[in-house]
Amino acid sequence: MSAITRPGLAPSPSIPSPVIPSPVIPSPAPATVAGPVSQVRVVRAEWTKLRALRSTWWCGLTAAVLIVGLGAAIAGSGTPYHVTPGNTAAMGISSALLGVLFAQLVLGVVGVLSFSGEYGTGMIRATLAVVPSRLPVLWAKVIVLVGLVLPVTVLCAFADFFTAAAIESSRGGSAISLTDPGVLRTVAGASLYLTVVVIIGLALGALLRKTAAGLSAFAAVFFVLPIVVNALPHNLTGFAPYLPSNAGGELWGLSMTSAHALSPWTGFAVLCGYAVVLTAAAAWRLRHRDA
Amino acid sequence: MIEIDGLTKRYGDKTAVDGLSFVVQPGVVTGFLGPNGAGKSTTMRMIAGLDRPDSGTVRVNGKHYPHAAAPMAELGILLDARSVHPGLSARNNLLALARTAGISRRRVDEVIELAGLAEVAGTRAGGFSLGMGQRLGVAAALLGQPQTVVLDEPVNGLDPDGVRWIRELLKSLAAEGRTVLVSSHLMSEMAQTATQLVVLGRGKLITEASVEDFVNHATTSAVLVRTPETVRLGQLLAAPGITVINDGTDLLRVSGTTAAQIGTAAWQAHLPVYELTPTHASLEEAFMQVTKDSIDYHAGATR
Repeated sequence: MSAITRPGLAPSPSIPSPVIPSPVIPSPAPATVAGPVSQVRVVRAEWTKLRALRSTWWCGLTAAVLIVGLGAAIAGSGTPYHVTPGNTAAMGISSALLGVLFAQLVLGVVGVLSFSGEYGTGMIRATLAVVPSRLPVLWAKVIVLVGLVLPVTVLCAFADFFTAAAIESSRGGSAISLTDPGVLRTVAGASLYLTVVVIIGLALGALLRKTAAGLSAFAAVFFVLPIVVNALPHNLTGFAPYLPSNAGGELWGLSMTSAHALSPWTGFAVLCGYAVVLTAAAAWRLRHRDA
Repeated sequence: MIEIDGLTKRYGDKTAVDGLSFVVQPGVVTGFLGPNGAGKSTTMRMIAGLDRPDSGTVRVNGKHYPHAAAPMAELGILLDARSVHPGLSARNNLLALARTAGISRRRVDEVIELAGLAEVAGTRAGGFSLGMGQRLGVAAALLGQPQTVVLDEPVNGLDPDGVRWIRELLKSLAAEGRTVLVSSHLMSEMAQTATQLVVLGRGKLITEASVEDFVNHATTSAVLVRTPETVRLGQLLAAPGITVINDGTDLLRVSGTTAAQIGTAAWQAHLPVYELTPTHASLEEAFMQVTKDSIDYHAGATR
């Protein structure tokens, strides 16, 4: 028996030296059609995925129906809204944007799935094998999500405003205009809020990798936590204004906190801070952990 | 070319790959053999930069793959586990990968055609059979016409037609001067396609050799001789370098000489011979021989 049968040991010295194949076609490198990877190309790749997934469009449509539909329902029910010093035009529009609270969950799913969907299906291996520097994938997902969610939610928020304003005034309520103090900020703010919330969903999906874990964490932060904190005694809730949903809610007027509220743009900056920190953590994990 | 040097990867307590070094040359098909759990897939994941080695280096075409400017021109890989999105069609799965390297839609359609997926290109990949998923994975690996192609068990789940397709494909890729590393547990398949072999056992290199040398060195070819004169013929043949084994019947198992020499010797000594059968070692036997001590999971092991 030959000495080659030495399983489990380092290559035995008596093994015939690795045969270098008889000088094979020295390379001029074979033809290729693949160009260099670039951020723009990765953005196009991510857009191809996001656009082709049915879940993207179902969630988008549901969010639109929730925002505009609930707005119209609220405007059309109860007593017509009259602008007074205690009930500003902006507050009237905020309540017509109630659907944003539910739309954020639906859009959050799109954000979370953007990464967790790839880990869950195994596609992440194909994705990272062709972009082995990895980080461009995360930036591209941020860019395509902002590029999709921002325009869609701007449309929804303004459609909600015009619908609600028209219904209110037809029922004899005050005519509310975009130029009334705080109204434009409230309407545009709802869209900005939703966009940043989707990025937080994306970061949670990238960090937790599992869809179930990502969605649970997302729902806990944006839905459960504010309600729980609201029910706590007041001396325990000093941090309440800094919860992502409350801080961001200041911009479009539906913050669930009675504690010392942040100013609208400070609140929004705090929300953006959460998004930046979570995205940075996601970037670190993506870069340094096995796929 | 793939150059692997001192590669080690641990998952917790388990060392999946242990100080592995070997080189895969361009222009030939290199088979990657080893029992389940030997570390083949882990090594392939490290080649693609998906897992990071605890120590050691991998170079693909002389470069550190994660720093490659045009990754899809360097490496195309099919991994053992599924790596397609079931919610995307075959075409969109490929298109999403192609976009990262500026590869045209025409090339995407070309590989769809090549992989025999034209009829299902618009169907969501979630409904694909194992074989079709495999074809899609191979199509993805070929998309960028990479210099190096790494395929983990490509014939898994393929029909005979698909197996033949893979066989021809691997040979033509090698003929174009590309580097081809392909793992398989089907030894017979490997014998038909590979010319070089890298054999792993428990994360370590067992051998790196040509298929021919591997078979010749790993097993002894023997000649089976059936004769009523087992004792006399045995004594006649006995010489340094020649082994004669008699299991007590009228059958001798002679190694170290040829059937022609045995036949001539028997005829000269007027000893009757009823049967003279040269036995050739197969790659399968060579593989079992070489890896028998390094198999982690024995089928039907007694408890």
